[in-house]
Amino acid sequence: MKISSSTQNDVLLVTLEGDVDGKTAPQVQQEVLPLIPEGGKMLLDLKEVPYMSSAGLRTLLLIYRQAQGKGSKIALSGLSEDISDTMSATGFLDYFVVTADVAAGLEALK
Amino acid sequence: MRRKKPSDPPEVVESSSVPAVPELLEEKPKKPRAPRKKAVKLEVTDGLSPEESAGVPTSGQMDDLSSVSSAGTGATGLETTSSAPVALDTSLGLSPEERAGVPTSGQMDDLSAVTLSTPPSTTNAPSSLSLEGSRIDFYPTHEHQGYRMRPGRALPFGATLVPSGINFSVFSSHATSCTLVLYDKGEREPKVEIPFPEEFRVGNVYAMIVFDLDPETLEYGYRMDGPFSPESGHRFDAEKVLLDPYAKVVSGRDVWGLTPDWNDPYPHRARIAFDDFDWEGDIPLNLPSEDWVVYEAHLRGFTRHPSSGVRFPGTFTGLREKLPYLKELGINALELMPIFEFDEFEHSITDPETRKVDHLNYWGYSTVNFFAPKAGYAATGKRGMQVDELKALVKAAHKQGLEVILDVVFNHTAEGDQRGPTISFRGLDNQTYYMLTPEGYYFNFSGTGNTLNCNHPVVRGMVLDCLRYWVSEYHIDGFRFDLAAILGRAQDGTPLSNPPLLESLAADPILARTKLIAEAWDAGGLYQVGSFPSYGRWGEWNGKYRDTVRKFLKGESGLVGDMAMRLQGSPDLYAARGATASINFITAHDGFTLRDMVSYNDKHNEANGENNNDGANDNESWNCGVEGETDDLGVLELRNRQIKNALSMLFTSQGIPMLLMGDEMGRTQFGNNNTYCHDGEYNWLDWTLLESQSETFNFCKNMVQFRHLHPTLRNRYHLSGRDYLGTGYPDISFHGLSAWQPDWSRGSRTLAFMLCGKHARGGAALDDYLYVALNMDWDSHAFGLPHLPEGMVWHVFANTGAAAPFDICTPGQEPALEGQAEFWMGPRSVAVLVGKVPV
Repeated sequence: MKISSSTQNDVLLVTLEGDVDGKTAPQVQQEVLPLIPEGGKMLLDLKEVPYMSSAGLRTLLLIYRQAQGKGSKIALSGLSEDISDTMSATGFLDYFVVTADVAAGLEALK
Repeated sequence: MRRKKPSDPPEVVESSSVPAVPELLEEKPKKPRAPRKKAVKLEVTDGLSPEESAGVPTSGQMDDLSSVSSAGTGATGLETTSSAPVALDTSLGLSPEERAGVPTSGQMDDLSAVTLSTPPSTTNAPSSLSLEGSRIDFYPTHEHQGYRMRPGRALPFGATLVPSGINFSVFSSHATSCTLVLYDKGEREPKVEIPFPEEFRVGNVYAMIVFDLDPETLEYGYRMDGPFSPESGHRFDAEKVLLDPYAKVVSGRDVWGLTPDWNDPYPHRARIAFDDFDWEGDIPLNLPSEDWVVYEAHLRGFTRHPSSGVRFPGTFTGLREKLPYLKELGINALELMPIFEFDEFEHSITDPETRKVDHLNYWGYSTVNFFAPKAGYAATGKRGMQVDELKALVKAAHKQGLEVILDVVFNHTAEGDQRGPTISFRGLDNQTYYMLTPEGYYFNFSGTGNTLNCNHPVVRGMVLDCLRYWVSEYHIDGFRFDLAAILGRAQDGTPLSNPPLLESLAADPILARTKLIAEAWDAGGLYQVGSFPSYGRWGEWNGKYRDTVRKFLKGESGLVGDMAMRLQGSPDLYAARGATASINFITAHDGFTLRDMVSYNDKHNEANGENNNDGANDNESWNCGVEGETDDLGVLELRNRQIKNALSMLFTSQGIPMLLMGDEMGRTQFGNNNTYCHDGEYNWLDWTLLESQSETFNFCKNMVQFRHLHPTLRNRYHLSGRDYLGTGYPDISFHGLSAWQPDWSRGSRTLAFMLCGKHARGGAALDDYLYVALNMDWDSHAFGLPHLPEGMVWHVFANTGAAAPFDICTPGQEPALEGQAEFWMGPRSVAVLVGKVPV
């Protein structure tokens, strides 16, 4: 699991690479949760995430809840069809602004 | 399998100071665990065994009953030895909620590994953040082949996430020993078998906490050793791995209809659920049951047909996509045929030549596990996320005002009789779970091989635990109990006058606002419609309503008096219980569909493979002149009319109406009245009927809306036939061809009734006056209309004797009737009139 971040305009872009499952979800939480900007904007790009388990989806929801608590806006981009379907079927998708790619995500967060 | 060495004497271990314990355990090489002292790189996955990240995504721990504290001490197992202190600090700053889901594999190690690289401040986190630092019982006392354990908690039964591990608890009153069998998901062979040390046994409960397991990839089962002596009721077999009766997720059959590995020694596998769904404030709706319009549906059949157009046909998600349809139809209670884990391959037949598998257990009235939703009904079943998917469905249903009722089958299990498979109960404690004859054979009151021993105190407890779980965890609004008369039988099969199970359910605090509905008969001849022990709580599928209405519909005479009872919510059956005790239905999954009821005189069950011997013969159906499909326009017109007549009676009767899936659009089962074994056209709802049978759909939809609009149709208590408010009209009055003169004679096939709008809901609501005329005679008749109060005029809402679009109108927009003295009724027709002040 590789996690990198950069700032584009006023949006914090966090990119994940690798599966998010029971093994890697803790790392995602530990590294991503503190990055959430207070009252800011964050785009989580999952283009390089081929698989997300139940634990991975729960991590996304935790990130979302914490972002809510910090008054920040959050969007996802680059979801694979499989992950998107799973999130949709389990209701997780309802929480997020979902965009096709980083450009669209940045636009949505404007 | 035996342990490598006897467990460390518990007293030694337990008396040790906390930090000493791990050392004691650490000295041995741990086969399944990777070395802990390893710098964690960014690529955390490298070299980590699943156990390393054990207990990881444990937001569920937060909600767990037995976990006292929230997640770990902040520092995590992965990071304990890491050189990345940043991560440590971050988790410390979180509130308990935020830390839910923080990895906890290290909780134990945090305690043990303070001397490594974890800053002391981390383990001594303020108690307001974590109680764990001050608890002294979060460490293992035993070890088996590298797996660390401690005595578990006997309650709750099942597998429960606790900090650092999983608590396993299972009951057997006659086993001599028990072994926990753990698998990595999908692996044929177990990764370890851990016998329960004798000192882990509390009474007849085996309880153990195993540390450092990854709940996401774990499957588990039990081996029970004990006597095999069927004559004494015992059928223990230590060769079998058994499914936990309290498993919350069952894997192994993750996709519907996927041919299983028939030789899998453990085909239905227990898994762990994360009961941490985000309900966002949802609770069961608690709709007044008198306002219900129930729709009985098969989860898969509702959207499996390609014409449904949903993205995931035949699944919870598919149904969720179709919820707006149910709203349009006016349904506010969805009764789902069984959705607990069952085996659709039970009694399946494989064609030796084509290898095609047929004759599936499609309906699912044969439970493998009572706590787990059927994985094959979830689009995410192969991901093991059926729990979340079903909860998402319930939440969405509630959002649109739709309650969810589950059809639960507690009368028997999928294990059949002595020839059936040993999946769970038989091997765990046969004598406790099943009703047995004195010779040790299975009683068969369910018609399916065995009978669950519902009034055994332990089984009763399981049923109660199960229902409480579905209500509290899934927000289920009500239950319909299949063959519920069995639930009132004693352990020797005799009917009880005061069955403890039924009483417990009726008085349970968690189920206090849950609707309970009984199918008040069983296959052993116990028929309790009207006499089911209700404790003021239970409603019943009113089989007499179905039979009377069907006979009256097809033109039998001598039924007018009986019909008057059915239309009033059967006060003859439910005098003290009120109209809502009566679930009125004309069709249900058992038997003909509404369209088939007017298209077939006889059942046509040849496709079931039993020479048409299965299924009921007393269908009280009438084909309107031709058996089966026809293009005779006269016959088709009459059938259409009879369908509308039936719907009119159903939705103007007091009590709770129940519609069978597809009856609103003329679904056919081609004359088959027992389609339990067909996964295809017999059962899948063909959505193109919405267009081809739009007349039926339109009629049905307007009837439902009409019912919602008129509280006088939805009384909770029985009508009296008296004018207790001094309005000049009794709450209900009966009429015949002449007003106020019903024809109760034996040859009569006509009946009309009027409901006084001022008596709606005992006078608490104000409604229009309603008049419903039923002419089941083959001749036309003029029905004399009762006079209305000054200023009111009769309007025509529905008249099945008129051709569409004049058969029904939008409720509230009824045209006034031209002559107010009488109403001409065509042959075999129903009319619904509304008395109100003209606009």
